[in-house]
Amino acid sequence: MPIISIRDLVVEYEGRRVLNRLNLDIEAGETMVLLGGSGSGKSTLLRQIIGLERPKSGSVFVKGVDITSCASSELQKIRRSIGAAFQSAALFNSLSVEDNVALPLREHTALAPSIIDLMVWMKLAVVGLADFGKLHPQELSGGMKKRGAVARALALDPEILVLDEPSAGLDPIVAAELDELILLLKETFQMTVIVVTHEMPSAFRIADRIAMLYQGSFKSIGTKEEIKASQDPRVRQFLDRIPEDMAKAPTVATYFEKYLRRKEAFQ
Amino acid sequence: MATVLEDVGKKTIEHLDYVGNLNIQLWSTLRAMGSALPLVGNRYRWQATVRQMLQIGYDALPMVSLMALCTGFILAMQGASELRRFGALHYVIDLVAVGFTRELGPLLTAIAVSGRSGSAFAAEIGTMKVTEELDSLRVMAFEPIEFVLAPKYLAALISIPCLTVISNSFGIGAGGLFMFFSTRLAPLLYFRYVLGSIALRDVITGLIKSVAFATIIAHVGCLEGFRVRGGPDSVGRSTTSAVVKSTFLVIVADAIFTAIFYFTGAH
Repeated sequence: MPIISIRDLVVEYEGRRVLNRLNLDIEAGETMVLLGGSGSGKSTLLRQIIGLERPKSGSVFVKGVDITSCASSELQKIRRSIGAAFQSAALFNSLSVEDNVALPLREHTALAPSIIDLMVWMKLAVVGLADFGKLHPQELSGGMKKRGAVARALALDPEILVLDEPSAGLDPIVAAELDELILLLKETFQMTVIVVTHEMPSAFRIADRIAMLYQGSFKSIGTKEEIKASQDPRVRQFLDRIPEDMAKAPTVATYFEKYLRRKEAFQ
Repeated sequence: MATVLEDVGKKTIEHLDYVGNLNIQLWSTLRAMGSALPLVGNRYRWQATVRQMLQIGYDALPMVSLMALCTGFILAMQGASELRRFGALHYVIDLVAVGFTRELGPLLTAIAVSGRSGSAFAAEIGTMKVTEELDSLRVMAFEPIEFVLAPKYLAALISIPCLTVISNSFGIGAGGLFMFFSTRLAPLLYFRYVLGSIALRDVITGLIKSVAFATIIAHVGCLEGFRVRGGPDSVGRSTTSAVVKSTFLVIVADAIFTAIFYFTGAH
C-alpha cells in the first residue's frame, strides 16, 4: 500500500486551474522527485501533500488518511510524521539553530532536556552543522540555512521528508553536497523522500522515480531511465533545454525596420 | 451611477469581510488562550506572553508616561484659562481627574500602543508569512493562532490596562503640579480633592475601555500580518494599515463605549 496516494486532485486559485486531476502513488521508502518548470504546479502539489491547502476536489491519502477531509486533530497527528524543509529554509530568526531544531522536540515530546540536547546535536551532526548550533539563522550561509531546515525537519524522526527546491539559489558544489545529504538520509533512516526541484542533475542523482509536471498535469511518471528515454515533446523540451519562445532573428529585424521607417517619417 | 453603486457595494462587502475575519480570529484566539495561561497552560507560551508583556508594557512606559504628563498639563492649562474667568479654578481638578480616568488615560495609552505594538505585530507576522515560517509552524503541527497570537493577545490584555492606570496617575499628577504652581494648592489636598471627584465606576469604565482597545490593537495588528500576500513591500503596507485601522477602530469603539456608559448612567 502506498504511503501517499493522490487521487483526481484539482486545485484552483480564483477560478484558475493550477492542478488538473492528478493521480500519483508514492511508495514507502522511495525518493520521488517532482520535476517541472516554473509555474508548473509542483510547489502547489507539495503544499497539498503536507496539508497546507485544501483542494477544490480530489483526495490526498497520507498513511491511509485522507488529509483533505480529515479532522484537524487527525491532520496534526499525520503532520508529526512529516518533516518539511521549505525553499526559503524558514528557520525562526529569533531562535538559534539548535533551538529551531529543539522546538518540535520540546513541544511534542516529554523528553528530558539533556536527551533533547543530545538529539539536537545528533541531528545537527547529520547535516554537518554540529559546530554551528549556537548561531542564529541570519549568521549562516544559504546552504547552511537549508541544512539547518533539514535538521529541523528530521527532529521528530519523520517517516516522510519533504524538501521544496533544496538546491535553489545554491552554487553547484553546495547543491551537490545537499544531494549527497538526501541520499545519506534516505539510506540511514529509510524514509520516504519527496523533493520538488527543477534542477535536472539533482533530480537524476537522488530520484528513484520522477514525476514530470507541465501546466498542472503529469506529463510523465517513471524511473530515471524511463524519463530520460521519454519521447513526450514537453519532457524532451525540459530535458534538452529548448526555450519556449525563441526571439527569432527575422522578427527582430522586421521590428527595427519598422522603427527606423517611423523615425524617418517624423524627421 | 451603476459604477458608483457597484463600488460602494464592493467596499461594503470588503469591510464586512474584514470585520467577519476579525471575529473569527477573536473566537479562535479565545479558544486557544488556555495554552498561554500560567500554571495550567503550556509554559513556552507563558514565557512568550511574559516577553510580549515586557515589549508592550514595560518598553512603552517612558513614552506613555511622558504623553500623559504633557496631556495632563495641557488639559489643566486650557481648562484653567477658561474656568479662571468664572472663579471656578478648583474645577480644573475635576476636569483632569475625571477626564483622565474615563477618557484620556485609556485613549492615549491605546494610541501609543497601537503605534508601537500594533505595527510590530503586523510586521512580525507578515514577515513570518513571507518567509514561510507560518507554513513551517503548521507542518510541525503547531497552530499559528495558539503559537503566535494567543501570547500577544493575553499580553495586551494584561499590559494595556496596567499602562492605562499608570497613564491616569501621570495625567492626574500633572494636574497636581499645575495646581501647586498656579495656586499653591498642597499636593496632599489636591489628591484628596481628586479622590472626592472620581468614583470607582469612572476607573472601572476606563479599564473596560482599555480591555476593548487591547483586543482591537492585538487583533487588527495580527490580522494585518496574516493577510500579507506577496513580498516584503506588502509587509510595509500591512504595518501602516495596522496602525491606521487600529487607531480608527479604537476611536470608534471609544465613542460607542462612551455613549453606552452615558445612556446607561454609568457616567
